[in-house]
This record gives sequence, C-alpha cells and structure tokens, in this order.
Amino acid sequence: MNAYLIALKAIIGREAFRFVSQRGRFIAALVRPLLWLVVFAAGFRAALGLSITPPYATYITYEVYIVPGLCGMILLFNGMQSSLSLVYDREMGSMRLLLTSPLPRWWLLFCRLLASTSISVLQVYVFLAITALYGIRFAWYGYIALLPALLVAGVMLGALGLALSSAIKQLENFAGVMNFVIFPMFFLSTALYPLWKMAESSELLHDICAFNPFSHSVELIRFALYGQFNGFALIWTGLAGLIWVALALWGYDPARGLVRRSGK
Amino acid sequence: MISPSSHLARLLSLPLFLGLASPALAAEIWVTNEKDDTVSVIDIDTLEVIRTIETGERPRGITFSKDFSRVYICASDSDTVQVMDPETGKILHDLPSGEDPEQFVLHPNDRHLYIANEDDAVTTVVDTETRTVAAQINVGIEPEGMAVSPDGKIAITTSETTNMAHWIDTETRKLFANTLVDARPRHAEFTAQGSELWVSSEIGGTITVFNTADQTEKGKITFEVKGVHPDRVQPVGFEFTEDEKTAFVALGPSNHIAVVNAETLAVEDYILVGRRVWHMAFSPDKSLLFTTNGVSGDVTVIDVAKRDAIKSIKVGRFPWGAAMRP
Repeated sequence: MNAYLIALKAIIGREAFRFVSQRGRFIAALVRPLLWLVVFAAGFRAALGLSITPPYATYITYEVYIVPGLCGMILLFNGMQSSLSLVYDREMGSMRLLLTSPLPRWWLLFCRLLASTSISVLQVYVFLAITALYGIRFAWYGYIALLPALLVAGVMLGALGLALSSAIKQLENFAGVMNFVIFPMFFLSTALYPLWKMAESSELLHDICAFNPFSHSVELIRFALYGQFNGFALIWTGLAGLIWVALALWGYDPARGLVRRSGK
Repeated sequence: MISPSSHLARLLSLPLFLGLASPALAAEIWVTNEKDDTVSVIDIDTLEVIRTIETGERPRGITFSKDFSRVYICASDSDTVQVMDPETGKILHDLPSGEDPEQFVLHPNDRHLYIANEDDAVTTVVDTETRTVAAQINVGIEPEGMAVSPDGKIAITTSETTNMAHWIDTETRKLFANTLVDARPRHAEFTAQGSELWVSSEIGGTITVFNTADQTEKGKITFEVKGVHPDRVQPVGFEFTEDEKTAFVALGPSNHIAVVNAETLAVEDYILVGRRVWHMAFSPDKSLLFTTNGVSGDVTVIDVAKRDAIKSIKVGRFPWGAAMRP
C-alpha cells in the first residue's frame, strides 16, 4: 500500500479507536446541542418567525432556525476538542513521533484533519436523527446535500483547531481557547439569531457576525439542509479554511513555526 | 450580507410544485387587502401575485358568483358591496349593502347575498339581479359571521357582542332560533351535507358545533398552541377539506392554523403561518390552502396532505378575505 494511504489509514484508525473508546465524549458532544435545542430554543419558540429570509420560504419556529447552528456547534466544539487532543499528543510525545514520519507534514496534518472531521460529521448526523425524532425534519435531499457542506465546514473548523494547537504551549492554556475562540465564534454568529435580528440590536454586532467565518459555515449548512447552495458562504468558509491550514502548516514547521518557539 | 448564489432546491422542488399544482392550471386566489383598498391575485401555479386591483375602501369579505363571471367584494368603509368583472378588474356596479358590510354569503340560488351589517345590527338580503334590498332582518349587536345551509333553507348570522348564532328562515326571512356561543363569534360554516353548523368564537377561543336539525350543541372545540398565551389563541375563519374529515381553523394572533378532526373534534396539529391569520381559501383540488395573515401582510400556502406550510407570499397591507377562482 502506498505510504500516504498507510498513514491515512493509521491516523483515521487511531482517531476512530479513540472515538469508540471515549463514549463519554461522544455523548457529551450530543448532549450539548440537544440541551440548547430542548431547553434554550423551546423558551424562544414563538420569538422568531417575524421575517422570512432565505433559505426559508415561510415562517419557522426558533427550534427549526437553531438546528443548523447546533450542527455548526458540534463541528466547532469537535474541532477544538481535536485541537485539545493535539496538545495532549504533543505533551505525551506521540505528536513528535507522528511528525518524524518521512511523509510531508501537510499530509499528516491533513489526515488528522480528515479523521476528526469524519467523526464530527457522524455526530452531526446522529444529532439530526434525534432532532427528527423530536419533530424537526428536513427533506431527504437536504440530508444528502448536507454532507459536502459539513465536510467543508468541518475541515475549516478543524484547521482552526490545528492552527490553535500549534500556538498553545500547554494543556492548561486550553481554557483560554474556550473563552477567546469558541464562545465568541459561536455567540457572534448566525447560529443563534439571524443577521437582521443582530442588526436590530447593533450594526457593529451585525458586522462582526457577518465577518465571522463560523456564520458562513452555519449558513452553508443551513442552505444545504434545504437543498440550496450558498456560494458566498462556501467561498468565505473555504477562504478561512485555507488561512487556518496555512497557519497550521507554518505553526507545525519545525524551522519557523510556533512549535519550535514553544520548545516542543 | 449572506446571500445565496443559486438555488439547487428550486430545481429539486420544481417537479414537486408542478405535481401539486398541475390539476389546478391557471387557478387563482383572490385576497382582499383591507388597509391598501386592493385585491391581490395569486397564481396557484407560480405561487406569485400576478395582479393587484383597486377596490372601494377597506375591502374584507369576497366571494365569486357560481359561474365565476362576477366577484362580490364587501367594501366596508365605502358602505357597499362592489361587483367586479374578474377578467378586467373593473367595478361593474355597487350593490346597496347597508352600513359597514363585513362578511357576506351568496345563497345557493346565486342571486341573493346575505350581508352582515356590523354597525346596524341587521342582516341585509340583497337581490343581485334587481340590485335592490330584498329584506333587512334584525339580529344581535355587531353581526359578523354569515353562512347559508347547502339546501339554502337556513341562513346564519353571528353577532359579536350578543354572542349568538341567529338562525334565519330564508323563505320567511325571519329568525326562528338563537343559540348562545362563546364570546365574539366571528365565522360560521355549514358542513357540505348541512347536518352541522360550526361557529368560531374569537375571544372565547372555541368552535361550537351544532346539529342543524334541532339547533342543539353537539360539541365544542378548544385550542392550545405550545408556547402561545391562551389569550392570543383566537379562532376566526375555517374551512373543511373535500372529504369533510378535517377542518383547518385560523387562530388569529397566535399565528397558527389548527388542524381539527371533524369527526372526533380533536385538534390533531398546529401549523405556523404569518401574523394574525384571518381567513383562508383552498385551491380547486383542495391540495393547497391559502391563509391571509393580516399583520404580516402575506398569504401562507399550506400543503394540505403534508399539513406543512411551504411558502409565504407578500400581498398588500392587512390581507383579510380570500376566495378561489378556478
């Protein structure tokens, strides 16, 4: 077998094994968005539905609106979780072992990215199966169209995790990532409220949300769930993904990157 | 601003829409806009407004003649019922309706209009051929809902303040019964066989079902929309499906349509529509239902089989009445 494929198989296999052996992590990843859906969204059930914006053709409840944002939440938290495990790997020394492989570093990191994204995608589909039981269903073609959108968004957020992991010196610093990356990215996006709602409270808030790449990955998912394609969201998500990948490659480059400077 | 560059769904859903709409080629839904003094005409195939026609002041009730060659419009603030040619959109003439006509119903003889005159506490019977008032019948205060039994023998007026359904013998044009309903009755309909009369009470939040034969109460329907305060659940207009097994009930400011099992009188579903839903009209094959949403100024299209809102179409300000033209 080609050495590249051996590496891909080994890395995905390791991630899959980790995923299977950490059922608590899988359940936790599902409980978080489900709590948002059942507890938070239920309270605002009738609060939305005052304006119709694409991809919606008619009025929707808040619970329906929030589902694509919660899919994005799973990808975002998993991307960061992956970043956390990278830092752990580095502290344990297994990252050093991985990076000593003669294969190009970008390939190794890409394999890692693909492995974590695949697991995130699986979790999103499980989440959507539960929401369908809860009564929020989409057309069959929406679930199919969703897959490429999830892969693009998942890779973008995973790449962000990779870039961050190259900058984090110790596992303890991960709390900072939660406060300064995950929460702002999630709350300052269209995951919870549409842009027009944000504009009602503040133009600045609206502009930040419109700039936030996470908003665009959520919109990519939202449109895909209705079988529609949002080209602008794809470009924005792709562009952000490229920037994070470039940063991650630079961060993991032993000659220049942050890994060297951090002494790991 | 996040915006889509193309719509894959349009392609994917086109056959679906065509499939739904194909039996009703070129059919239209006419919607009165009470704030704009216009009628919006929606093409059932494209689900878009294709014409906007000016009317008298505050148009509300709307109905077509049997052959659909004329459309009658209650121009409430003009104190008249206007007769329009639906082809040209021109007003042919006005009918003497009495003051503030709000709702009316065309007798099965296609000749007599029974009009509720809200400010006068009377029901006016207008002969559309001679264009004269054939009779005025005293009813309760603020008459509103109007219905005529399928055999044409009974007319019903509901009075908002008296909280009654008034039963009128259409031959003698006299009241022969009055039945109490809950607060502010707004709309009345007979079932197609005429064995039952349904009356919605806006403030009471109920629909009372009567046996036509003896005017006794058969049952009462109550509504409860998840996450909506009971005060906002105000039943107004409603329509029956072809098989009469299901009724769709507009619940006013709760912004929902209730789906009621007409046999058990149990509410089976609620469908989210626009704000302050008033009345509704079916497509000719009754596969689509169009609801007028007063405050949001649009019409929501419901897929009757799926019990799902599929689209909301912007019309004029404060849409109120709706009627189908095949």
